[in-house]
Amino acid sequence: MKPQATDGPQAPGQASIKTRRFSVSLVWIVPIVAVLVGISLVVHSILQEGPTIIVNFKTGDGLTANKTEVKYRNVVVGHVSDVELSNDQKSVDATIKLSKQAETFTREDSQFWVVRPRIGAGGVSGIDTLLSGDYIGADIGHANGRAKNFKGLENPPPITYGEPGKRFTLHSQDLGSLDIGSPVYYRKIPVGQVVAYALDADGKGVNLELFIHAPNDAYVTENTRFWNASGIDLNIGANGFAVKTESLSSLLVGGIAFLAPPYSPNDQPATEEKTFELFDDQVTALAPPNGKAQYLSLRFDQALRGLKVDAPVEFLGMEIGKVVAINLDFDEKKRSFPVNVGIVIYPQRLGQAHTKMIKAMMHDPNDEAAGVRLMGTFIENGLRAQARNGNLLTGQLYIALDFYPKAEKVVFDPNARPVSIPTIPGSLEELQEKLQAMVDKINKLPVERIAGNLDSNLVELRKGLAQFNAKTLPGVQTTLADVSKTLQSASSTLAEDSPQREQLTQTLDELKRMSRSLRELSDYLGRHPESLIRGRPDNAAPADLQGPPRN
Amino acid sequence: MTTPPVASELGLCLCHTCGLACDVTDNPHECERCGASLHRRKTNALARTWAYLFAALAFYVPANLLPVMNTKMVGAGADSTIMSGVLEFWEAGAWDIALIIFIASIAVPGIKFVALTLLLVTVQRDSDWARKERSKLYRFVEVIGYWSMLDVIVVALVASLVKFQALADIEPRPGILFFGLVVVFTMLSAMSFDPRLIWDNTPNQPHNEEVTDEAPSH
Repeated sequence: MKPQATDGPQAPGQASIKTRRFSVSLVWIVPIVAVLVGISLVVHSILQEGPTIIVNFKTGDGLTANKTEVKYRNVVVGHVSDVELSNDQKSVDATIKLSKQAETFTREDSQFWVVRPRIGAGGVSGIDTLLSGDYIGADIGHANGRAKNFKGLENPPPITYGEPGKRFTLHSQDLGSLDIGSPVYYRKIPVGQVVAYALDADGKGVNLELFIHAPNDAYVTENTRFWNASGIDLNIGANGFAVKTESLSSLLVGGIAFLAPPYSPNDQPATEEKTFELFDDQVTALAPPNGKAQYLSLRFDQALRGLKVDAPVEFLGMEIGKVVAINLDFDEKKRSFPVNVGIVIYPQRLGQAHTKMIKAMMHDPNDEAAGVRLMGTFIENGLRAQARNGNLLTGQLYIALDFYPKAEKVVFDPNARPVSIPTIPGSLEELQEKLQAMVDKINKLPVERIAGNLDSNLVELRKGLAQFNAKTLPGVQTTLADVSKTLQSASSTLAEDSPQREQLTQTLDELKRMSRSLRELSDYLGRHPESLIRGRPDNAAPADLQGPPRN
Repeated sequence: MTTPPVASELGLCLCHTCGLACDVTDNPHECERCGASLHRRKTNALARTWAYLFAALAFYVPANLLPVMNTKMVGAGADSTIMSGVLEFWEAGAWDIALIIFIASIAVPGIKFVALTLLLVTVQRDSDWARKERSKLYRFVEVIGYWSMLDVIVVALVASLVKFQALADIEPRPGILFFGLVVVFTMLSAMSFDPRLIWDNTPNQPHNEEVTDEAPSH
């Protein structure tokens, strides 16, 4: 149209040509720019478009299409674009559009979970979602593979990937009161937590996965022992009453504590993923290492009421193991029911004795056959197992390994597995047997004959006694009467008014007088010795008599 | 016909600035009185209208697809596009508000696109169909043009008023910019159109084709 206009007949040679130099008006730049802006927006959004993934959750609780966000470290990395039932209608598929920079969240082991307010014994989390609504938490995995479909977690993982620290595995008989999130204490300071647990492959134990945060993970060493710090440790002893617990929180949610025994030289920090054993309490955990376990089998021919699995096994009074199995067996030959007791012993628990013994016998602890031979020599020397009474009140039994040099010799089979240790009856049973033997012997005594003899003896005794009564006793009576008489006469003789006594007194008076006169005589003679010749003068003064001093 | 002669037949052209009727037989480019450039019709009207219309159309897509604002209530943020806002109000039972937003933000620009396209196409085809109605339509388009700015103003007001930190926060999103551009460009487009073109090729003019063809080129 425009060239037509220029060629129009009206004004062929006019100056308005300069406007025609642009056959297209400049105003078209505006829509071109607009389209370019639009295209750039599209390109930008395509470039920004991240991967789309589908996460499968059990319920769609809290998930809203186009509203629920996916957050990592509280930064939005995507949003839920669609929520619908899964094909089998047993779960909910949430389609998530991730942003461009969140491409790494498609790694196979990435994790997704719904963040909801949670209140548990271990703490409170997700309070902010009370107001803001639930969102999906995400954690980047490590795997190289990429995935499109993920299984949403029911609970948030306690540890995010890339958190500095180490993971360790604990092996335990049961989970106890532990749970995911249970704290791990080192010197009563929480340094980590339980992040996962699962049954063993064979279902005979539980594997717990721990995470210890850096830098405290360095305290987990090769020799470190872990124990279950749940609950209260009550101790009543001579020193009084002691209550031990790791923390109040561990009382409620359980907990694990660890410590390296003080006698661990050259201890190195443990490597990641190392497996430890989880002990029941601190005492057993920090006890000297058990070392290699050795299974032994015992066969008792007696009832073992009171013997329980886990009952201690003592060697010369030292506890070196425990009972692991008690089974009734049937002996085809003897037609009896012996009891098979399986025990496990830890020779290393003997400590010094064990090391010295190994040294003395040049025994290699790893040589199984040599170990069996060693056991054989012990049995030669009288090593016997015995079920003993540990507690007379409760009747609990324990197994004692002891040397009985006088025990009957037993053939040792070095090829049998597990190694079998011969047994001797238990202490109470032994007592019973001895009592039995005694009763037997008593039974064998000729009691009746003895009784007969005794009877006749007694008859004769009675006869003798009768004789004695009849004959001997009267004689004795008369004799006694005589004696009485004699005594009576003696008594009368000695009585105060008896004539004999009277006479005696008189005689004594006479004697007194006589001795006086004798003294007078001797005095006189002393003064007048001439009187012996001249006789006594008649005028002799009586004063003379008093002349010399009387002695 | 009793119609008085039109300006072009007399070789006259009205100056847009001072209103002087200038003699254009010598093709003067300026008004002899005030010096403003003289146009018999709006310069390049059809091309400009088309161009602005296309620009508006190009911006209409992101304006509707991109979120216009972000409402954050106690931590939960949500982007909303124009259409999602309409749907939200509709579902909430506020059908009247939904209707207002829908008409002001979606229907009016749409009507403008359709009306302007219709005007442009009919003018280019020298159609003599319903000329009077088309003129009315053009005036209607001019009148409703700025009402579409309602949305932009609402977002601007709300975004500046609702600032309660963590409790509630409303922020504009790029969509509203494009929406504003759509409104501006549709208005520019309507302004660029010269309604006199509708009447240029009246049947009583023998050389009508040449006249109408010449008009946009100036």
